[in-house]
Amino acid sequence: MGVEETLGNNIITTSLDKVVNWSRKSSLWPLTFGLACCAIEMMATGAARFDLDRFGVLFRASPRQADLIIIAGTVTKKMIPVIQTVYEQMPEPRYVIAMGACACSGGIFDTYSTVQGVDEYLPVDVYIPGCPPRPEGLLYGIMKLQEKIMKEQNSFGACIGVGQRING
Amino acid sequence: MSEQAAVDKLKAKFGDAVLDVIEFRAETTVVVKKEQIVSICSFLKGELGYNFLTDLCAVDYLGQAPRFMVVYQLYNIGTHTRLRIKTPVDEADACIDTVSGVWATANWLERECWDLMGIVFNNHPDPRRILLPEDWEGHPLRKDYPLQGPDREPYQGRLE
Repeated sequence: MGVEETLGNNIITTSLDKVVNWSRKSSLWPLTFGLACCAIEMMATGAARFDLDRFGVLFRASPRQADLIIIAGTVTKKMIPVIQTVYEQMPEPRYVIAMGACACSGGIFDTYSTVQGVDEYLPVDVYIPGCPPRPEGLLYGIMKLQEKIMKEQNSFGACIGVGQRING
Repeated sequence: MSEQAAVDKLKAKFGDAVLDVIEFRAETTVVVKKEQIVSICSFLKGELGYNFLTDLCAVDYLGQAPRFMVVYQLYNIGTHTRLRIKTPVDEADACIDTVSGVWATANWLERECWDLMGIVFNNHPDPRRILLPEDWEGHPLRKDYPLQGPDREPYQGRLE
């Protein structure tokens, strides 16, 4: 049982894009950042029953160690400077998930104090509807983001100054 | 001390300033003039034992004069009795003296009242907004403030 034989001196051929994208999508570290009731659902997704860790999704407490920010909840206008600061502190490549009706569109809070969708301020990659979305919904959104990351082309090359990034 | 005894003492000391006394479902409300609010509140706390300001808020009676009512919800921890003080405030002169020197908790409650209702509290030690961003314009809990904010079209209902 177990590994009975090492692989030996073998070669695997693949494209650089595939390796880079695969490594990025397999260790998406989101920021511990909850704004409202969606954050409770996000915590449940991270806990034992749904277990985000099996996707390599580990919550990080510092934006400087995070690849992903999940906007989980109602975004007020007073919160926008905070969110923008935190987003700008994240190293690239960075991704944004708008979780729930409020983050997507303002939700039921059609009022003076609420931002009508966080995409007015941040480039959102995946929108997850629901009020709040169930953990399965968040998992599906994260898997959709992983699919999106796998379609990226030359993002590594653009980082080291070889050509431009092509968004698939 | 019962509410009735407190109201009687209040009337005896501030006869002119007490505009009305309302009894409704065992709740006592005293309407007083805003000019004497600080001395009335000091008396209520010092002499009558209303040592806890539960809440301080304001009501907007748009279309009536005076437009605003500032409401003080008081509680006497010793005797477990409550008293409500209301004070009419005109729109043209929307200001009232601060009672933060009487109850320290009034500091933040008055900031909230200024922030959302636009009532100025004279001699307030820290007259900043408390909930909205510092650069906000207007006072959203006023009845004539548009719900969606001044920079958006108001909701038209479902268009089908």
